[in-house]
Amino acid sequence: MIAALQILVDAISLGSLYALATLGVGLVFGVLRLTNFAYGDFITVASYALIVPTAGATEIVIGRWPWPFLVTAAVGVVVIVSMTSEYLVFRPLRTAKPAVLMIGSFALGYIIQNIIILVYDGRPKAVGLWPDLGEAIVLSGLRVPKLELLTIVVTLVLVGALVLFLKVSPFGVQMRAASEDFRMARMLGVRANTVIGTALAISGFLAAVVSLLFLAQVGVMSFNMGVPLMLFAFVATVIGGMGSLTGALIGGYILGFASILLQALLPEDLRTFRDAFVFAVVIVILVVRPQGLLMPRAARERV
Amino acid sequence: MMTDRFSIAKCLARNASPLVLCGAVALIVIGTALANDAALDRTVTEALVRIVYVVGLYIFVGNSGVISFGHTAFMAIGAYTTAWQDCCSTTKSLFMPALPNVLLQANVPPPLATIVSGVVASIFAGVVGLAIVRLSGIGASIATFAVLAIVNVTFSNWDSVTAGTSTLVGIPNYTDHWIALLWAVIAIFAAHFYQTSRFGLSLRVSREDEVAAKASGVSIFRQRLIAFVISAFFVGVSGALYAHFLGTISVDAFYIDISLLTLAMLVVGGMNSLSGAVVGVAAISLLIEVLRQSEHGFALGSLTVSAPRGTQEIGLGVAMLVMLIFRRNGIAGNQEIGERLSRFLAPQLQRSSKLTEDF
Repeated sequence: MIAALQILVDAISLGSLYALATLGVGLVFGVLRLTNFAYGDFITVASYALIVPTAGATEIVIGRWPWPFLVTAAVGVVVIVSMTSEYLVFRPLRTAKPAVLMIGSFALGYIIQNIIILVYDGRPKAVGLWPDLGEAIVLSGLRVPKLELLTIVVTLVLVGALVLFLKVSPFGVQMRAASEDFRMARMLGVRANTVIGTALAISGFLAAVVSLLFLAQVGVMSFNMGVPLMLFAFVATVIGGMGSLTGALIGGYILGFASILLQALLPEDLRTFRDAFVFAVVIVILVVRPQGLLMPRAARERV
Repeated sequence: MMTDRFSIAKCLARNASPLVLCGAVALIVIGTALANDAALDRTVTEALVRIVYVVGLYIFVGNSGVISFGHTAFMAIGAYTTAWQDCCSTTKSLFMPALPNVLLQANVPPPLATIVSGVVASIFAGVVGLAIVRLSGIGASIATFAVLAIVNVTFSNWDSVTAGTSTLVGIPNYTDHWIALLWAVIAIFAAHFYQTSRFGLSLRVSREDEVAAKASGVSIFRQRLIAFVISAFFVGVSGALYAHFLGTISVDAFYIDISLLTLAMLVVGGMNSLSGAVVGVAAISLLIEVLRQSEHGFALGSLTVSAPRGTQEIGLGVAMLVMLIFRRNGIAGNQEIGERLSRFLAPQLQRSSKLTEDF
């Protein structure tokens, strides 16, 4: 019983992290039809923001600040990077084919990664971010690390705020209109630059939060640390239903649950192959539901 | 009309694009052979192996319009199948003890091993393709990535057959520039014959409009599967050539980076034409080489100027972005290189050459 609950908590926590990352990918896809390969590098940038402005391996500046400043600084850096990318890369390519836009984002990510290598060299760096969070709260035999609780709470709060933003604020309404039918929304006076800019800013914000939670968990940053998270986020967006935010959340949690459950249930000698099984599950879901679990109205092809 | 159907001019006209492409590639190789420079030779051979990969990728991606992140899986399978066949006869049983006895004893000649590797990649593609080509758009792309991830995880952890993440050494160095050229030429002609065949044209129709293609009786599933299998053959062969070129392989080399780099070559060249695939590889390989040279430093008067580490990649990224922004249909702009030439050689063939144009 305790063991099952333990697995459940782990799964919700990992699922929350994936869900946050997935939302960041899904929002941008919704308005821009962009599969943003630079997203993983936005995640990486947030972690490296902690050791700005020093280039040394052990000196940490922003990372030693009290947490409200630290989070604000990391978020600020990523939002700036992501909005600059919008201006320099995605705006000129906005009307290009999705494949071209996607390769553009790959090139952008490649540039960001190599700037990080250029400045901080390619070696992974150990950073103890918020070591207190590693402690566990014990509840009648159930061990819940504080970090897992924090991840779950942060996800709840951010998803709540995002839903509120999308439903109530004029920006949010415009954004939903734009992901439903971009051209129609523009005709009705929605400003493309504002909507896309906001989407990328929120996406960058989520990337920064994901990055900090992930860094607190693994304790090591490297120039390509965001890439696996980004790949999981893509997969989750697609199985949830491209362009549907609820779908993105569900997709993220499915991946989290699949990873943790397979880890717990697979026999010992197959455990190293866990991710292969996770991706096999993904293929099965895709074949059964090619449009994703939730298909937004806008994604249905009209003939 | 029928009487001179096999006239030389018409035959040339029909195949003008692959002939021009192969001619250009062959000239570069001959130039390299004459220059007798080891570094240049390596660069050119590597570029030729990439041409085999990207042309193979183009057969599926260019004609179907479905982006694949997963073709590197076929390259990995090609490379490992090669290692199983002709690697290191003395240490094979140490590195890969669980291989069947036939393979442990085997010492397949490299040319045969290369072909077998392509065939094995094809068979694998045929099996996974049954599920994947049912999907369209981004769903299909993610499914191909899932296949790559599965292959990567399996090869990294199946220690007794693939030596895990450690590097396999002792594969015979059989790929030189002539072998690579031969395969590049075969790939280019195969892609050309495929895309002008009934199958290729049906698939290209489905790329433009799935519903219209279905309404005209095209089985998108079957056409995509055929393209997927042919495409996997050449990507598998490129893996074999790569293994035979380096003499060593490790599983880390076959992951999403290669998939994205090759896709970038295809898109920068122009993903809807065969000429685009070849030109894209040539352009990016040239760019990489120039940047590599500048990183080594060049003499400026009495002092050597060299760029710091990492600038090569940043330069490559910026150049790719600039090319994408200013030529979003690719360098070849969805046109085949030999189109003008074929119109000149046989004006009455216009209709057939039109078919390869982007509509």
